[in-house]
Amino acid sequence: MSEKEIKNLEEIFEARIARDEKIEPKDWMPEKYRQTHIRQISQHAHSEIVGMLPEGNWITRAPSLRRKVALLAKVQDEAGHGLYLYSACETLGISRDEMYEQLHSGKAKYSSIFNYPTITWADIGAIGWLVDGAAIINQVPLCNTSFGPYARAMVRVCKEESFHQRQGFEIMLTLCRGTEKQKAMAQDALNRWWWPALMMLGPTDAESVHTEQSMKWKLKRKSNDELRQQFIDQTVPQADILGITMPDPDLKWNEETGHYDFGEIDWDEFWQVVKGHGPMNKERMKARVGAWERGEWVRDAAMAFAEKNEQRKIAKSS
Amino acid sequence: MSENKKNWPLWEIFVRSKNGLEHRHFGSLHAADADMALENARDVYTRRNEGVSIWVVESKNITASNPEHNAEMFEPAKDKIYRHPTFYDLPDEVKHM
Repeated sequence: MSEKEIKNLEEIFEARIARDEKIEPKDWMPEKYRQTHIRQISQHAHSEIVGMLPEGNWITRAPSLRRKVALLAKVQDEAGHGLYLYSACETLGISRDEMYEQLHSGKAKYSSIFNYPTITWADIGAIGWLVDGAAIINQVPLCNTSFGPYARAMVRVCKEESFHQRQGFEIMLTLCRGTEKQKAMAQDALNRWWWPALMMLGPTDAESVHTEQSMKWKLKRKSNDELRQQFIDQTVPQADILGITMPDPDLKWNEETGHYDFGEIDWDEFWQVVKGHGPMNKERMKARVGAWERGEWVRDAAMAFAEKNEQRKIAKSS
Repeated sequence: MSENKKNWPLWEIFVRSKNGLEHRHFGSLHAADADMALENARDVYTRRNEGVSIWVVESKNITASNPEHNAEMFEPAKDKIYRHPTFYDLPDEVKHM
């Protein structure tokens, strides 16, 4: 194809997205669109998969059967969400194995929030309330993104995720209405998860390299800073209901803007964690790669069994 | 991973959400064989009672039309407006037809 022809195709393509038409896997698409989507959707899938680890840590120690079934269901949902997203990503021509390889080698990233440890039961509450809360804010606009398979996966994910946030908030509420010690545990979890949750919504607009192109492709409908402000505005009143305080002395309602002002985010910490130096990066990758490697013989055995059955069927029918 | 090793193939999943409705494409997943694809489909796509029946089809068995040929494929139907009821002029007195 000549350069002029490609340019022409690109213009038609951009116009389709501008008209809110969806792009489906077999449609022509610019290489950059394909690559950007592979990167974002696979990172999103990896985040769901790695996101199971901090919570899985508490399944056997959940304080009641009610909490245990809820947490199990939540972690199972995350596995499901990872699978929807991997499937959506595969339609762009990357294999599942390539994606795993990128995750396991550290080439692909996942959300930095999962590199923090879950040291008390209250952390499970804080994750549901704050981490899933921030994730929902990120994901709801993606239900309308331009790439059909991604948008459809996000619709399912968003439908299922509101239970995650509610179960987290309920855990926090129960602790906050409990003994002094339990309430202190909830406050401690909030102290540790608040800033990382704010970082989850991504670097500031000034630092964010992908924003403009992503807006055009509807991979993003609002900027990181707008999403962060939305998250803060909706979450602070929830903390008031719980009767615990955000660990930010500069957090204050601004009558003029109609938003909360907030303190400086420690972006050095964010980049350190992204680069692999967070408290749990090594641990998470070790668990993930270990699970993959220990499962290898099971995958091979299942394949061998399927092939043997297939042979038998052929032998019988001939 | 060795090159000649076989990975679990990809399956397309179709779910009937309730009797009276058709099976609809829900997504895809990897499984070693059809039975495993059914079991995995149950866990991945029907955790909240989304279905009463599941079909699994190995993705390689699906033949799809090429969007680049959409013009020859679908445009011939566009100008055949006489296939629609509104093409026919009837007097107002004919109320329901």
